[in-house]
Amino acid sequence: MTVSPSRFLRNVLREEAFYFFTSIGNYTGQSASSLDEFLLKIKEVNIKSLEFHLYREDFEKWIAQTLGDAKLAEDIKGLRNLKVVGNALRDRLYFVVSRRLKDLKSMLQPSK
Amino acid sequence: MKIKGQRVALDDLDWQILRLLQENAKLTYTEIGNKLDMAHSTVYDRIQRMEEHGIIKKYRAVVDLEKAGLQQIMALMTIYTEPKESEHIANKLAKFSEVLELSSSFSEELVINAKVVSQDQPKLHAFIAHSIAPLPGVLRIRTSIITKKYKEETSQPLL
Repeated sequence: MTVSPSRFLRNVLREEAFYFFTSIGNYTGQSASSLDEFLLKIKEVNIKSLEFHLYREDFEKWIAQTLGDAKLAEDIKGLRNLKVVGNALRDRLYFVVSRRLKDLKSMLQPSK
Repeated sequence: MKIKGQRVALDDLDWQILRLLQENAKLTYTEIGNKLDMAHSTVYDRIQRMEEHGIIKKYRAVVDLEKAGLQQIMALMTIYTEPKESEHIANKLAKFSEVLELSSSFSEELVINAKVVSQDQPKLHAFIAHSIAPLPGVLRIRTSIITKKYKEETSQPLL
């Protein structure tokens, strides 16, 4: 059974959103309720937050378990294995997510 | 102890009884009477009245959880909120068993302060991420994990 890309692109409930922390218990005030919003936040949040969540595997878990996108979760896991940090991490994460978003949105276009 | 309308006025003997009970709630009426040079029936009567009026709220054991073998971590949270949501957020927080103490304070902005307990750091983080951060009006959260206690009073001193 194939899952519609619209499922991966949907807005989730407030309780299911991704909340960005910089360390245990330190919430930045930034959150994302969809993949589109997640992409925007990658550009905005403190780099410490991206490092904190990537190496805790929080991004993969949220994308796989809440949004249901196993493909993107796997791509992010690959990024984690590269052990990138700092702005290189921000750029690569942005690239991986934006590429997937573009693919998902193109799948939604009616075929000509 | 005198009652004036809704207010209760304690005299010196009542305060002395309270101080002794705060130190050791297991003292008997006779022991308190001996320490204060008064009849145990008088002590009984005063304690009864203070219990009835809610001045003495309860008696409890102070457990050393570490010695009892229970591993827990404590953290102090500062929760920055939208001012109009502050009261609502505090009421929600008060319902969580993990929250031991809760207050609001004001320095440069109004914040909610909470002392929370958890089994370990992952559980503490999950509690904050899934139960507190999603509350409408929460702007950001700062959390410090307590690493060492230098002093801990379980009751407020009667100055």
